[in-house]
Amino acid sequence: MAILETRQLTYTYSIGSPFEKTAVDHVDLKIEEGEMVGVMGHTGSGKSTLIQHFNGLLRPTSGTVLLDGQDIWADKKKIRDVRFQVGLVFQYPEYQIFEETVFKDIAFGPRNMGLDEKEIKRRVLETAHDIGLKEELLSRSPFELSGGQKRRVAIAGVMAMEPKVLILDEPTAGLDPAGRDKILEHIRQYHERRKNTILIVSHSMEDIAGFADKILVMNKAKLFCYDDTEKVFGRAEEIAEIGLDVPQITKVFMELKKQGLDFGKEVYTVPYARDLLLKHLNGGAE
Amino acid sequence: MGNIIEISGLHFSYPADEGAEASEVLKGIDLTIKEGEFVAVLGHNGSGKSTLAKHINAILLPTEGKVVVNGIDTADEEHIFELRQCAGMVFQNPDNQIVSSVVEEDVAFALENLGVPYDEMRQRVDDALKAVNMYDYRLHSPSQLSGGQKQRIAIAGIIAMQPKCIILDEPTAMLDPQGRKEVMATIRKMNREQGITIVLITHYMDEAAQCDRVVVMDKGTVALDDTPRKVFAQVERVMEIGLDVPQVTELAWELRKAGFDISQGIITEEECVEAVRRLFSDKQLIRKEV
Amino acid sequence: MLKDVTIGQYFPGNSLIHRLDPRFKIIITMIYILMLFTGSSVACLAVGAAYTMIAVFLSHIPLKMFWKSVKPLLPFLFITALLNILLVDGGDVYFKWKFIKITSEGVNISIFMIIRIVLLIMGSSLLTYTTSPITLTDAIERLLSPLRLLKFPVHELAMMMSIALRFVPTLIEETDKIMSAQKARGAEIDSGSFMTRAKNMISILVPLFISSFRRADELATAMECRCYNGGEGRTRLRQLKASARDVIALIITLLFYAAAIAVSIVFNRLMK
Repeated sequence: MAILETRQLTYTYSIGSPFEKTAVDHVDLKIEEGEMVGVMGHTGSGKSTLIQHFNGLLRPTSGTVLLDGQDIWADKKKIRDVRFQVGLVFQYPEYQIFEETVFKDIAFGPRNMGLDEKEIKRRVLETAHDIGLKEELLSRSPFELSGGQKRRVAIAGVMAMEPKVLILDEPTAGLDPAGRDKILEHIRQYHERRKNTILIVSHSMEDIAGFADKILVMNKAKLFCYDDTEKVFGRAEEIAEIGLDVPQITKVFMELKKQGLDFGKEVYTVPYARDLLLKHLNGGAE
Repeated sequence: MGNIIEISGLHFSYPADEGAEASEVLKGIDLTIKEGEFVAVLGHNGSGKSTLAKHINAILLPTEGKVVVNGIDTADEEHIFELRQCAGMVFQNPDNQIVSSVVEEDVAFALENLGVPYDEMRQRVDDALKAVNMYDYRLHSPSQLSGGQKQRIAIAGIIAMQPKCIILDEPTAMLDPQGRKEVMATIRKMNREQGITIVLITHYMDEAAQCDRVVVMDKGTVALDDTPRKVFAQVERVMEIGLDVPQVTELAWELRKAGFDISQGIITEEECVEAVRRLFSDKQLIRKEV
Repeated sequence: MLKDVTIGQYFPGNSLIHRLDPRFKIIITMIYILMLFTGSSVACLAVGAAYTMIAVFLSHIPLKMFWKSVKPLLPFLFITALLNILLVDGGDVYFKWKFIKITSEGVNISIFMIIRIVLLIMGSSLLTYTTSPITLTDAIERLLSPLRLLKFPVHELAMMMSIALRFVPTLIEETDKIMSAQKARGAEIDSGSFMTRAKNMISILVPLFISSFRRADELATAMECRCYNGGEGRTRLRQLKASARDVIALIITLLFYAAAIAVSIVFNRLMK
């Protein structure tokens, strides 16, 4: 059964005003449990509005959102529980940090869930470990940390709620390559350990190409496509047309294909490209 | 062409907090930049690249050493406005550098400060807005603009001063791909058409690959300084510093490692396509397969 | 909720009223307020009302917008009216029950008060509806500039005001974002007991303060980079030029003021 599902989900901003705008337009979507999904779309495509429906921060104008097969708006009073089950990490999450210590800030979500101290402590320690924060940092003020560390504290704050679905909106925005790789690696490890569903929003196809099982592309408020990563990259040209960045390596192989050198495969990471070329260069095709 | 920026023996430490030891951010930097050059400064967070940038227009002053821009020593307080007019600066967050609620007034801000007379100011503001392709938005409020548009307004605000040099501190870090393209195209145009020297601080390797010269900072020193082709050719060194190389460069490097004859200086897609084709020129296997 | 507030809002346009010099508009509004408060007769208010209607008509701003700016103040108007009706004693007695007494004088005065306040709100709304906040700030700076001789920091105040105006939309957006982020961590902001809500406000205010300080710091550096050095020797892109139109508008307003006084005097005589 799908963990997250939307049926004809539609959201319109500022209804009845001159600024009325439909940001999500009749989207049908099924996300299976345990999947790692990359979410793409340029600014204004509706992807941010879409993900804010998954944890009930926005209420659909029409259509439904189902979590574990249940309409999340069936009982309005339970919407807060939905937020604990679907964790949402916003863009630049370090700007939401407010507690005096790293420990307390990570514990904010679990505490709101009404857990006991022992459980809170277990969760804080575990997620801090998952995201690569050393234990001695927990008693420090989060405001003394480096930008990359602050970002990880904020992500840990949502992870510690142990949501069934974790959604991260551009978790690597503004970081340098080393910081970016570190965060993505920790998210991947967390996913491997907990086997939960993860959605990562990113502008950079290069970032998510390496480890997303599936890719969801939004364009002009509509679902453009939602499919296995390889299949989506098979439509790289269309994706480039709607204004998204295609990895450089994919562009090279698209051009090679045009010039008659077709490897018959969609290429989107450097190691894959290397192996593919080497296989053909050493002893030719299978 | 002469040198526009001359940095020699630059050391810098932030003033120490009480009890703490001052840590040195810049540890002896020698760097000269020629007029009209388009230079990228790369480096991971904390490598000192932003600190270096702030020395060029006297936001920070050296603890030791000297920075001379267009013949003006940055430590010379008397000529500080002349210096800042000559070397403008654009920052990362587009929201935090726009002063006015009307686009054209923001572009005029520096000119108002410098006391430029009205007629000339009007002309320079209009020219600057046209140069960044934002003239139609001159009466808009910045809050209605996209990130890329705001950043272009910030650039217009600088070029209205008619500087010889613009320093951009990660101007595209907070933008989406569309905004990044707009901003990069604008910067390139300023360099090509108006001959303005550009110092671009960035994390993005594809941006650095478009420059004339790449300076890589590491731990407060200049680690590499050469053309993008020659810098990225040192794949291992660049990765060791914690940076990326363009994907095509990485692929070429991997193939070289595997014993194939492929040039080390590949930085563009076209070059990569060409090189792969050459590798396969004596192989008919693929074509047969197709 | 924040979006519904119309006081201080600006409606871009190109009407005669929009095009008036903002300095003159401020002075005219002050004369207008004086006009409403000088005379205490119905006739005087009638002149004021006529003047307001003409101005509203010329501004091309729908009457509905003025109703919107009056609406939030209705409870206040209602209470003022009620107090006047109950407390003012004089003239014919319309109604009497125990200590409650309604007299003709009380009714007259409360109607008078309501009309006066409504006109006052309409007039000042007209000023803000037709003048952008930044222009208004600019005009205030220039009107107050003689105070600079007394070492009053006119330029600094105006700069602060215009930067504040510039950052209002940015901060509203930011507050919204932080609220969503904390709600996503289960913070109860719209519901829950007073104590939890108060505690959760901290989770919004602290990040908001920190980010405002960061913004202020970055903005200060950016201003320095663009040669900001206080108000000394500054020139302006925005030129305010008074034209014949502005002077005529001022004269018409003064004539209305004179008419209001004259009508009041005549009216008072007749009443006697």
